[in-house]
Amino acid sequence: MNNRCLTSLLLCFAVLFSGCSSAPKEPNTITVWHWMTDRHDALVKLAEQYRLETGITVNFQLFAPSDIYSQKVIAAAQARILPDIFGVLDKKSVFADFIKSGFVANLKPVFDENNGEWEKSLFEKALESSRFSADNSYGVAEGIYAVPLDVTNIQMVYNKKFLEKAGVANPPETFEEFLKASEALNKIGVAPFVSGWAELWLVDCFALNYAFNIMGMDKIMATYRGDVPYTDPDWIKVFEIFKIMADNNILASGVVTKSNKLAEQDFALERAAFAFNGSWCVNVYKGMNPDLEYGVMFPPKISDAYPLMIWGGAGGSFVVNETSPLKDKAILFLKWLTSKEQQVVLSEETRNLPSNRNALAELPKELAEFGLGMDEVTHSAFWPLEEDALVKEKFTKGLQSIMIGERTPQEVAEDVQTVKARQMERAIRRAQ
Amino acid sequence: MINRYKLQRTLKLTVVHMLLIMVTITCVFPLFWMVRSSLMTQSTIFVDQSLIPSEIHFGNYVKAWTEGHFGLYLLNSVIYTTIVVFGIVIISSWAAYAFSRLEFPGKKIFYALFILAMMIPLPGSFVPLTVLMVKIGFINSQYPWVRQLGYVLCMINVGLSLSIILLKTFFDQMPSDLEDAARIDGCNKMGIWRHVALPMARPAIAVVVIFNALNVWNEYILAMLLLNDVPGKPTIMPLQRGVMAFADAHNVEYPLLMASLTIAAVPIIIVYLVMQKHILAVGEPTKISIFKEGRLTG
Amino acid sequence: MSKLHFKRRSWYEFRDKLTSFLFILPAVTIFAVFYIYPFFETFNLSLRAWNGINLSRPFVGVQNFSDILSLTASSPAAGASWWQAILHWLKALLTGGLSFNADSVWWQSVWHAFYITLVALIFQNALAFMLAMACDRDIRGKNFYRLIFFIPPVLSEVVVGLVWKWILEGGMQNGQHYGVLNYFLNTVGLQHLVNDWLSDPKTALTCIAVVHSWKGFGWGFVMFLAGLQTIDRELYEAAKVDGAGSWRMFWNMTVPMMLPVIVVVVILTILGSMQAFVLVLSMTDGGPGYHTEVPVTIILRAMTRTKEYGYACAMGVTFGAVLIAMSVALKKMESRMKKV
Repeated sequence: MNNRCLTSLLLCFAVLFSGCSSAPKEPNTITVWHWMTDRHDALVKLAEQYRLETGITVNFQLFAPSDIYSQKVIAAAQARILPDIFGVLDKKSVFADFIKSGFVANLKPVFDENNGEWEKSLFEKALESSRFSADNSYGVAEGIYAVPLDVTNIQMVYNKKFLEKAGVANPPETFEEFLKASEALNKIGVAPFVSGWAELWLVDCFALNYAFNIMGMDKIMATYRGDVPYTDPDWIKVFEIFKIMADNNILASGVVTKSNKLAEQDFALERAAFAFNGSWCVNVYKGMNPDLEYGVMFPPKISDAYPLMIWGGAGGSFVVNETSPLKDKAILFLKWLTSKEQQVVLSEETRNLPSNRNALAELPKELAEFGLGMDEVTHSAFWPLEEDALVKEKFTKGLQSIMIGERTPQEVAEDVQTVKARQMERAIRRAQ
Repeated sequence: MINRYKLQRTLKLTVVHMLLIMVTITCVFPLFWMVRSSLMTQSTIFVDQSLIPSEIHFGNYVKAWTEGHFGLYLLNSVIYTTIVVFGIVIISSWAAYAFSRLEFPGKKIFYALFILAMMIPLPGSFVPLTVLMVKIGFINSQYPWVRQLGYVLCMINVGLSLSIILLKTFFDQMPSDLEDAARIDGCNKMGIWRHVALPMARPAIAVVVIFNALNVWNEYILAMLLLNDVPGKPTIMPLQRGVMAFADAHNVEYPLLMASLTIAAVPIIIVYLVMQKHILAVGEPTKISIFKEGRLTG
Repeated sequence: MSKLHFKRRSWYEFRDKLTSFLFILPAVTIFAVFYIYPFFETFNLSLRAWNGINLSRPFVGVQNFSDILSLTASSPAAGASWWQAILHWLKALLTGGLSFNADSVWWQSVWHAFYITLVALIFQNALAFMLAMACDRDIRGKNFYRLIFFIPPVLSEVVVGLVWKWILEGGMQNGQHYGVLNYFLNTVGLQHLVNDWLSDPKTALTCIAVVHSWKGFGWGFVMFLAGLQTIDRELYEAAKVDGAGSWRMFWNMTVPMMLPVIVVVVILTILGSMQAFVLVLSMTDGGPGYHTEVPVTIILRAMTRTKEYGYACAMGVTFGAVLIAMSVALKKMESRMKKV
């Protein structure tokens, strides 16, 4: 019995190692890998419509959560088994490596057809994150490499009822007004401000909004290049904002360990008067508390030196596999997906801001308010340079430690600068 | 004297019961909360603070089942879990028995390897594992069962080390006189493994089964990485794929999520219920039955 | 005749060893296919700088390791080849030109994992042992308890995270604490203990350690129970007749007989707690600051967020070394205890 079992097992392996024939490629089936659980049903519905119209099957495969999806795409790239259409969720330098490795098709020629008709129909900022200009620092050929499905931006929301109760007539426009409003809110026993700042990217967004406001894009880029240290007075000012908020009791309890989901819950359940959140929150708040009365506002600016920019851009983007035999068909499908009719359907079903500007159909009021901010958005993917990831981590973790009163802005600035110096040195050594 | 003894006993029992009940409350509460939440609607779940919701909605279960395609996922998960657990029990008990009782060259080295495997986390293994699976032909095969087999073998590998170590510890304790008796009666190694070692280690095997069943049942990272569906064919994804679809959305519908988690928890509780009987069934009667069995087969 | 006999004997011996080896062959085969290659790849990547996708994976030698350990020494000269770099580091190591920064994020996170493990070893295993002892005797409702205590391990981390976050919440609404623990403390008159449990650096890690122990004690319980069942009741009876007290019976009979099971549970607790991370992710995500960061969360972030694959692999290898050192120490302790 012993030997028989083992022999059959070994045989099994032998069969497998000899290699099985891989699945034959269906000529009319486009495979899409994506991570957007909330948009899956709508996408499948549209795919069915596409099949009826053209006879081409589009197979949407959902892999969630997004962290694992991103690992899957990276692993699949190494194993050369990427599907016809997929999404790259990583920072721009990794996206650039995908392109340079020949996994992503340049869509510029198709965007340019008919006097750039397709490109013009979409929000400029939605394409910005996947656009590489002629002289980009990433070494990628000029072009546009992704098709945005929808757009998003991150602003602040305020609870109308609370502001009224605290005697604040208008949502604050400057940081001073914001401090005053918060004081009034604290007096009536309402926590002023909540956000999911356990998630480092969200703290980063808020801090950079103000970095733009205080020192402008050029100085931020100079910092990234290493020409301006994080101990610069302007950066200290950015760090100090968090200290001011902590000292004046503006932050709801536990913001540094709250995920965005829980912070959304707090705002929806009226446990805080202000929140810093993305345009997707409209849908979330509606689900949790349909009666919530709130408005959308720009983060209150602290300086008049430079305009305050908000975070935003493409919500979800798809890229086409350069090596796919169905490349052209895949591009045609994405073009169809971002045309007005389909964008209306998608935006109605998912309540996201459509990437097609002609499809700003009857959006809910709050979502439309978010939509107004679309022209003032920025995103690290739009910028010529990218900060080192470890520096970014130290930066955001440092902001957390300021908020719990553990370290001063000056100390955090020095910590960040130390890591920055080390990473710069390392980058130079690697380049040699 | 008797009274004092009785009093002491009662006091002791009260303390023990108090402890048991306190721990019970903390254990039951999250379960209760999960089931309670699954019976509410998205609009009442955050507002209704009462212990038992005023309106009970079973609709979430129906919705989770149909919208999440839970029927097929559940079937897949049952298949994966059964095969993987069966495979691990057989393969690891062979190995553990050999490590504990048999002699062969390299025994210590191989055992050390299995222990080491448990210690070193392989964060970067996603990429090489995928490449390897593609090279062997598991991932892109046209036959769903080959793709599934790849996943199953990976999962067996995941559970192997721990199971071997666990079982070896129990085999080490096994009295050798039973084994000798079986050998004198003419049992070969396989016979001893089958008729002496396995029945003796029943509680340990039950632990191995529960441990691995839970592990496979809740696994989704490797499933996401290694399994791909093909259009027009039934899905080969496990249950957690359905649960994650409810968990990861921007807009989490908590009642649906809780309903799907409750559905996912039921089978594993059943596995535990069945297995814990085996953990407890050891005692005098089984020892006798092993003895008898050894005699009979010999 | 004797030669033939010898031949036959060695053949039998060979056959015996071969059939013995066949028992571990399936395990070794699967292990070799699915573990060895990823392992060597991990080790290989740990010596390289790679973001997961870039076509080039430059060799950086022990740079990743020295960064993790925050060893501060002069860097090798620019443009040095890998063997020159290794020589340089070796020289620094030997000549004492290597200083060691114990405050680094990495060593902090290792310490956090130790702390969680320590709490689990003491709190979780003591609880599991006590409950197993209680359920091993003829106590009313023991079948019920046996079922109940396995609920936490079965529950999804999503649920556990949500429920415990709600319990440990620090906020107030309409003058009332909505965190269950704070509400309770307030009601029984312990207002001064009210806290924002997960955001306070002093309590955050302990909270995670306690929840982790709570989630895991069911395993220890099941295994201790299985072990206790194998102890012969007659021994107890005999000891009782000899007039042994319950404490003496516990220390002189139960513990020694349970020692192998205890060792296994301790090893499993150490492995499970040192590598625990899902709870950390769902409760604090490593924050506030770095106060609840554990090695695995740092490794995962390096892999998924900052895309430093080489660095992540080097951390994995380093962490493996820590775990191996721990288990070797444990093995030594076990053999010493057996001698005693």
